Amino acid sequence: MNKTSNYLRDWLLSLGENSSSMLLNLFSELKNARVPVSIQEYLNLLDCLNKNVIAFNVEDFYFLSRASLVKNEKHIDRFDLVFSNVFSGIEQIPIDELLSMVEIPKEWVEKLSEKFLTEKEMEEIQSLGGFDKLMETLKKRLAEQEKRHQGGNKWLGTAGTSPFGAFGYNPEGIRIGQNESRHQKAIKVWDKREFKDLDDKAELGTRAMKIALKRLRQWARTGVYEEIDLESTIKSTAKNGFLDVKTQPEKSNAVKVLLFLDVGGSMDSHIRKVEELFSASRSAFKYLEYFYFHNCLYEGVWKNNRRRWNNQTSTNDIFNTFGKEYKCIFVGDASMSPYEILYPGGANEHYNKISGKDWLERAINQWSSHIWINPVPQKYWNYTQSIEIINKIFSEKMVPLTLSGLDKGMKQLMV
Amino acid sequence: MKFTGTKEYISTKDLTIAVNAAITLERPLLVKGEPGTGKTELAKQVAISLGLEIFEWTIKSTTRAQQGLYEYDAVSRLRDSQIGDKNVSDVKRYIKKGKIWNAFESETKSVLLIDEIDKADVEFPNDLLQELDKMEFFVYETGEIIKSKKRPIVIITSNNEKELPDAFLRRCFFHYIQFPDNETLIKIVNVHFPGIKKTLLDRALHRFFEIRETPGLKKKPSTSEVLDWLKLLLTEDLDPSELKNDGKNLLPKLHGALLKNEQDIQLFERLAFIARGE
Repeated sequence: MNKTSNYLRDWLLSLGENSSSMLLNLFSELKNARVPVSIQEYLNLLDCLNKNVIAFNVEDFYFLSRASLVKNEKHIDRFDLVFSNVFSGIEQIPIDELLSMVEIPKEWVEKLSEKFLTEKEMEEIQSLGGFDKLMETLKKRLAEQEKRHQGGNKWLGTAGTSPFGAFGYNPEGIRIGQNESRHQKAIKVWDKREFKDLDDKAELGTRAMKIALKRLRQWARTGVYEEIDLESTIKSTAKNGFLDVKTQPEKSNAVKVLLFLDVGGSMDSHIRKVEELFSASRSAFKYLEYFYFHNCLYEGVWKNNRRRWNNQTSTNDIFNTFGKEYKCIFVGDASMSPYEILYPGGANEHYNKISGKDWLERAINQWSSHIWINPVPQKYWNYTQSIEIINKIFSEKMVPLTLSGLDKGMKQLMV
Repeated sequence: MKFTGTKEYISTKDLTIAVNAAITLERPLLVKGEPGTGKTELAKQVAISLGLEIFEWTIKSTTRAQQGLYEYDAVSRLRDSQIGDKNVSDVKRYIKKGKIWNAFESETKSVLLIDEIDKADVEFPNDLLQELDKMEFFVYETGEIIKSKKRPIVIITSNNEKELPDAFLRRCFFHYIQFPDNETLIKIVNVHFPGIKKTLLDRALHRFFEIRETPGLKKKPSTSEVLDWLKLLLTEDLDPSELKNDGKNLLPKLHGALLKNEQDIQLFERLAFIARGE
């Protein structure tokens, strides 16, 4: 096993001296994909290869590089994409490097074929003169291809007529015409993208929601330490005539949150999620109050959507009830006609004397920590005028409903 | 020294590689994953399979980094000085060794488990950087330097309640334990209940996955829950046919082991209500 593992190691290390090496390529591509990797981790990976932590196959190499380079499950999906790209992109590899890589130890190919090929396909290979012959032909083809400068993929054949295409055999990740329908087993671990849900750039899924929730708790809670209560220690020591240490719990966090939720639109399901998110973490806050509004804040809000027309609370009362120490969070898609924000009488369900913009500005003046969480994906924000208007009113404190968005929002609220 | 999983613990290939990388480079391994997928168990099994002693340090929200090293009980010392205890001049009497100290002292290689590191304060991991990197620390009260005799294998678990600092992460290997797929789960069950009947297992796991994949669950049942449930099923000696889903009763027998949350049970009751078409 040691001997074979040296092949992979030597291969990778020899690439390490080459500026266009795959390993470095993997590293820089990870950087480009915004996976936070550092030199230290890269060196760790090299060290592991040096110390023969893994056997010689690509899958092991994938697992090892994942364990050393990725430190957060939310980045694993990005890592998978990059890995798949770097180790499959035949067009990205210079042709001579590819040719030199065809010099692969026989065991590799046999091992791989045991794994990926069916018996029938094995027989076919045998009928073509075995692996040696196959490699020989492959080399020839590649050389030919270089001369002719034709599109690489075509020559290596996805159509299935060339033996390479048909077998779709895959020495260390150079995908040569992989035919997935025939090779269901051969789908690489990294191509399964099992960690897709965990990427924090994606909109919140059910699972991600849970993590977000925990993040809120972190924001609201700080550890409670016992601290010495100097005053009562002195008092009690003087009184009793011996040292009597008194302690008291450290001041704990007391975050108060005021939520305004937009209901009655296409984003209802998202907004309900946010509501659940906050009420589930209710215990972490000292106070949590929520009110509903529709599209934009006007003179009245309500607590029960069923009784919204006959049981409204005046927004002015809310300003008077909830002091400046509250953190104010608006949740809504902010997508409406600009009139609904800018002009008195613009609201689409009733006549408003004061414009929505004025109401929003009053709210912002009242609560200096405020954000607007928008379930609409950020890339569409520029296309809706009203989103831009509200974002401006909120002095750019609008965040998308993603993990990283929430993170950013929470930071802004802490100021 | 290589870890390969044990008779009681099925280790997937990616996990095995991560563990071995951590052992070989003598760096901490950070393990994350859903609750109940065997994060803590991993450390114990690594210790068992390699025949090493294990030091478990379970973190709470009030735990401080210093407590893992040692605690100096100044208050007792002050009190003792009041009573006129003669031993009061001996500082060492008032120093209580922490788990890290214990692991460093061990004559043989050992496993140090730092369980649920995310429970502690945000700065906690940073406070342990040097100690885990160099595997030594300084005791201010006595002026000693405590250095590990054999670098322990450090396994750290986290439930994702807090982000861990980058400087800390850079020094670790990382593995995210995913919920096992059907095949692995069968392997795991067979390890725990070797004699289990295939029909019962198939049906039970089928029901289990049905429940697990129901959208809207607050707490998805995990590996540890399914093992508990099967244990109950076996002690009750249920017939596999009793686990059949007849559409009317969406929850299987003894579901209390799987769903620990009132809302989740209500969710199924509502679903059953709809299914009956009432």
